[in-house]
Amino acid sequence: MSGIVTYGSYIPRYRIKPDEIARVWGENPEHIKNGIYILSKSVPAPDEDVATISVEAARNALKRKKIDPKEIGAIYVGSESHPYAVKPTATIVGSAIGVDFSLFAADYEFACKAGTAGMQNVKAMVDAGMIKYGLAIGADTSQGAPGDALEYSASAGGTAFVIGKDDTIAEINSTLSVASDTPDFWRREGQPYPSHGERFTGEPAYFRHVVTAAKMMMERMETQPKDYDYVVFHQPNGKFPTRAAKMLGFEEKQYKDGLLTPYIGNTYSGSMMTGLSSILDVSKPGDHILAVSFGSGAGSDAFDITVTDRIEEMDRNRAPTIKKMLENVRWVDYAIYAKYKKKIIVGDGIE
Amino acid sequence: MGQLSRFWRESEHRYRLLGTRCENCGRVYFPPREVCPTCHRESIGKMKDLELSGEGVIESFTVVHEAPPRFSRQKPYVLALIKMEEGPMITGQIVDCDPSEVEIGKHVHAVFRRMGEDGDTGVIVYGYKFALD
Repeated sequence: MSGIVTYGSYIPRYRIKPDEIARVWGENPEHIKNGIYILSKSVPAPDEDVATISVEAARNALKRKKIDPKEIGAIYVGSESHPYAVKPTATIVGSAIGVDFSLFAADYEFACKAGTAGMQNVKAMVDAGMIKYGLAIGADTSQGAPGDALEYSASAGGTAFVIGKDDTIAEINSTLSVASDTPDFWRREGQPYPSHGERFTGEPAYFRHVVTAAKMMMERMETQPKDYDYVVFHQPNGKFPTRAAKMLGFEEKQYKDGLLTPYIGNTYSGSMMTGLSSILDVSKPGDHILAVSFGSGAGSDAFDITVTDRIEEMDRNRAPTIKKMLENVRWVDYAIYAKYKKKIIVGDGIE
Repeated sequence: MGQLSRFWRESEHRYRLLGTRCENCGRVYFPPREVCPTCHRESIGKMKDLELSGEGVIESFTVVHEAPPRFSRQKPYVLALIKMEEGPMITGQIVDCDPSEVEIGKHVHAVFRRMGEDGDTGVIVYGYKFALD
């Protein structure tokens, strides 16, 4: 069986609070904080994008376990904010970590679940014997139009998993997906900001796919919520994943360690994977994890995972843990945020 | 910019801090060299690729207030001389900090960042910068 051999995450250091965004747009910050339960979100530096975040996450994974990059036979990067419309992020990552010329590589896009689709892809390739190790990354520098509700949540970050058969720290016991054509969220070609289909966001999109995928996985594995030590869902805000958890019968102690959106916002393709990374930071041998992503448009990928004894052999502090990245922050105001995110357009000669 | 082939040729070194080590005297060079400037002909065929760890110490630095256009969103920014763990001295930007936090002797580590882009339609150039430990 295959599973996670090593993992690494990267969250940009800058943060903005909803109070600051609400101040500019004349909203009530308490209404925002209570409504979507986001207390701060990460902001990428002006010289950061999905390629830089992906490389940092991949390097953090390789710091935790010294595997030869030339044994990584596939790289798939899931994102909805790849720096190029045409030219893969995966090859930039491959070059930056020093992989071999013989390489399966591609970029994926499926809103917020493109990274977990990559995990499934490389797991299948490992299981089929096509590659020894595969690198799956979910990363985003997500977009939210100025003044739009998404501006409070759209953030930046990413996580990389190396998947293989040997020395796994966490076995992926099973994975499954659900998908349907649902108009909850989209961004048309060439448009800088996404649109959302109001009422489609909740029940027909997020809850239908996430809850169904979770139930299907528990049926397949013949498990119940009480059989899991941890559960992590895609986190578009702080409210949806907790509601999904409660609908399924999970308790706070099972989802609190993987719930990061209240502190870093929605990292889109990096969201569930970074939550899982946070769980792996603290998990013990034998821990049983249910992880379910969600991508608008819409679909969910579910994973049933068991942490192995080898996690104790890994020095998880060789790379920054999620806890450390939550502590090491620099606050910015809306003006700096707008400058960094290029919401302020400057004339020729200035930039 | 517009020097596509040059950036492509140097990208492996810039992405991975890939230098060379003279197997004759042990000195490490970055950017890589074909011949060791100390050992000269003795080093021919003995220059081996070496990926630097990215760990270093600030030897000196300056704060740039009058920035070139592509750094206008980052000014004032810090440019430093970094003495790398393996020996070479590298010039690089220190990111994600206030200039007042930067001091000679502080430890830094390399990070992967955008170095620039050729307008709205051209290629994006990536490479190393540094962040305080």
